[in-house]
Amino acid sequence: MPTVTQLTVNGTRRPIDADPDIPLLTVLRDHLALTGAKYGCGEGQCGACTVLLDGQPVRSCITPVRAAAGKQITTIEGIHHPLQDAFLEEGAMQCGYCTSGMIVSGVALLKKTPHPSREDIVHHMNGNICRCGTYLRIIAAIQKAAQHA
Amino acid sequence: MPDRTAQIEPVAIEPERYELTAPPAYRFAVDRRDFIGLLGGGLLVVFSAGAQESGRGRRSEALPQELDAWLHIGEDGAVSLCTGKTEVGQNIRTSLSQAAAEELHCPIASIKLVMADTALVPYDMGTFGSRTTPTMAPQIRRAAATAREALLDLAAEKWNVDRAKLSIADGKIAGPGAATIGFGELTKGQKISKTIAPGVPVARPLSQSAPKVAAREFVTGQHKYTSDMTRPGMLYGRVLRPPAFGATLANLDASSLPGVTPAVTIVHEKNFVGVAAPDAQTAAAALRQIKAEWTREAVPPAAASGPGLYQYLKQTAEPGEPNVQGSVADGMAAADIKLEAAYTVAYIAHAPLEPRAALAEWDGGKLTVWTGSQVPFGVRSELASAFGIPDDRVRVIVPDTGAAYGGKHSGECAVEAARLAKAAGKPVKLVWTREEEFTWSYFRPAGLIEISSGVHRDGAITAWECHNYNSGGSALLGKYDIPNQRNAFHPAKSPLRQGSYRGLAATANHFAREVHIDELAHALKMDPLEFRLKNLKDDRLRAVLQAAAERFRWGQGQGIGIACGFEKNGYIATCAQVAVEEKRIRILRVVEAFDCGAVVNPDHLKNQIQGAIAMALGGALFEQIRFGDGQISNARFSQYRVPRFSDMPEIDVVLVDHPDLPSAGAGETPIVGLAPAVANAVFHLNGTRLRALPLEGGL
Repeated sequence: MPTVTQLTVNGTRRPIDADPDIPLLTVLRDHLALTGAKYGCGEGQCGACTVLLDGQPVRSCITPVRAAAGKQITTIEGIHHPLQDAFLEEGAMQCGYCTSGMIVSGVALLKKTPHPSREDIVHHMNGNICRCGTYLRIIAAIQKAAQHA
Repeated sequence: MPDRTAQIEPVAIEPERYELTAPPAYRFAVDRRDFIGLLGGGLLVVFSAGAQESGRGRRSEALPQELDAWLHIGEDGAVSLCTGKTEVGQNIRTSLSQAAAEELHCPIASIKLVMADTALVPYDMGTFGSRTTPTMAPQIRRAAATAREALLDLAAEKWNVDRAKLSIADGKIAGPGAATIGFGELTKGQKISKTIAPGVPVARPLSQSAPKVAAREFVTGQHKYTSDMTRPGMLYGRVLRPPAFGATLANLDASSLPGVTPAVTIVHEKNFVGVAAPDAQTAAAALRQIKAEWTREAVPPAAASGPGLYQYLKQTAEPGEPNVQGSVADGMAAADIKLEAAYTVAYIAHAPLEPRAALAEWDGGKLTVWTGSQVPFGVRSELASAFGIPDDRVRVIVPDTGAAYGGKHSGECAVEAARLAKAAGKPVKLVWTREEEFTWSYFRPAGLIEISSGVHRDGAITAWECHNYNSGGSALLGKYDIPNQRNAFHPAKSPLRQGSYRGLAATANHFAREVHIDELAHALKMDPLEFRLKNLKDDRLRAVLQAAAERFRWGQGQGIGIACGFEKNGYIATCAQVAVEEKRIRILRVVEAFDCGAVVNPDHLKNQIQGAIAMALGGALFEQIRFGDGQISNARFSQYRVPRFSDMPEIDVVLVDHPDLPSAGAGETPIVGLAPAVANAVFHLNGTRLRALPLEGGL
């Protein structure tokens, strides 16, 4: 299978030369120096690597790069959303390692459901792990951003 | 009589920490001239030996220079503060900046905290044991206050006015009339060196909720963790892991080694086999090709895994020195009701979301390693020892790290990256996989705790005997007023590599004690809160118990439990309400009251307490490392369940502030109350007495 030679990331076309089967996360981080998406588990269980493909949240650690070719990829570096300010206002982080994935997932939720219930938030965000345990603050930040939407 | 405990600040490091590395034999101080050379002119405040607090640890080792910090005010007015502490999520970059800014009367944003770079900061034991707030923050206050006094002297001299007529605010000194002058203007052209004045007046914390320093870098993905860093020409490393603990490399099939290419480096030295390649994919492919045979010699015995673990720990334990008060035999003779029970806690993993990572670079005989660690100087010594070079040829830099929870006291990843980099002649980054982090780091110790007790029918506890096998001695002694006690910690032979964890022994000891107290209360048909208060004289502990109970509306509803305790100078009380659904415990509501003396930053303190409760929930309900035959069988997040959004209860935090008392650390103690409160709540709900963590295993 031919290599993937181009991706569209955060609205910009980026030339690459990548084996089609390697994870999108690896390409973003190692080839394109976009390190906002994090490695946390390599099996789509923690959400630290979450990016948007045509607006849909995906776990980039288990998404082969070929699946992203021709799509609009949005990483945390390309996100400018009130949810980021809401995270700051709510102090919704400790070590911050999960934060990129939390915000990308949260932005996807707010796009689909601008005024989510608490249950909507829990259901949508349950694949994202915060080991520091700031979950309640993240819920509050999403609710706050929804109010301003 | 007021409780004076918090004023008698113990200087010994917490006895629960399991040392993984021996203390370094030598320490080479950074030359202060190098430091000044890096920062240029201005005002420098350094540590004075006279102000040094020293102490004794568990093995009576001295803790010299634990509290060192340097402060520099440049000719441009920039305040640089250098400390060996690391930022692993407790927001000490913020709280230490606050301490300096409050003493200097300048904005927090004008403080630049240089943390955990062994070339730039004074020696520090490490960031653990909730020591930063009680020991480093006051030292930083003294350094900043010394600088403030020197600035006031400079201004008085410059304007030739009485120093008492000057005031300092918002990073400026105001003098006669409307004259003001900034710190930079005062230090311009100066090269002043001061030592920290031990008696310099310092203020109480202002208790303000300053936001996390540089928080925007985290919400935009800009912050560079070790695992995000690169260096020119950098290679990606991978290490071949043995199939089981204790296995040694018997044979490496040379024909299986990847074809030698200039790009791929393979290292085989004794038990270490690793590769480095220009990209992660090539490194992984090279690793997969290597065929190795391992001899499985020292696999932990089968008796030590599964349900036999706790008896194994007891059988292999060395008798510890008991702490004895009165006579347990007499206390038992005076008791109307006697109780005996055993409690267990499982091995659990820290699982910080950023696994171990290191980027190593050699320059001639000098080594620089960026790595996520709580002990930068300890890692420096590990590296120096591994490569047989002096400490001063090794520089360790710890970028603000993706958490640790006591799990990053070791430097194995740094050593591996450095070994690969040495062979490759290029910088090498090594990021452990999640499976490696789960398997090859270390665990919170498992433990068995046996308690026998006696109580008078009026509710007074007359006797208490407690033996902890393997899970640590910290908080083994409770605050209950019991005249006859015998408590001992017995170190055992752990089948797994074990080490520090957030409040590890205190969690185990509080679980056992607070469940046992609940059992006694029920045996007496007394309310568990009333029973605790009857046996507690400690004012501060009584106060948090009552504060938590009041907020929780104790006594109302089904499935409620309470627990309290004391650890590392913090007082904690936790109330929980639960529901049980088949084999699952659902925590509905938690109220936790915490007294850590003077509150430094109320919002960050609440964040720590909420986070500790969330983390405690995992160990309380379902987290457990499963192992056998020298292997971990649940080394993935898909197999090892951690708390998620859907597990979160309502959490209500009550801060019991004592602005007049020294501040205790808050990263650990708030974790200890949840497990017993939940276990007691389950008993209140359905009469099932759970004595083993994780609790869901007993349903």
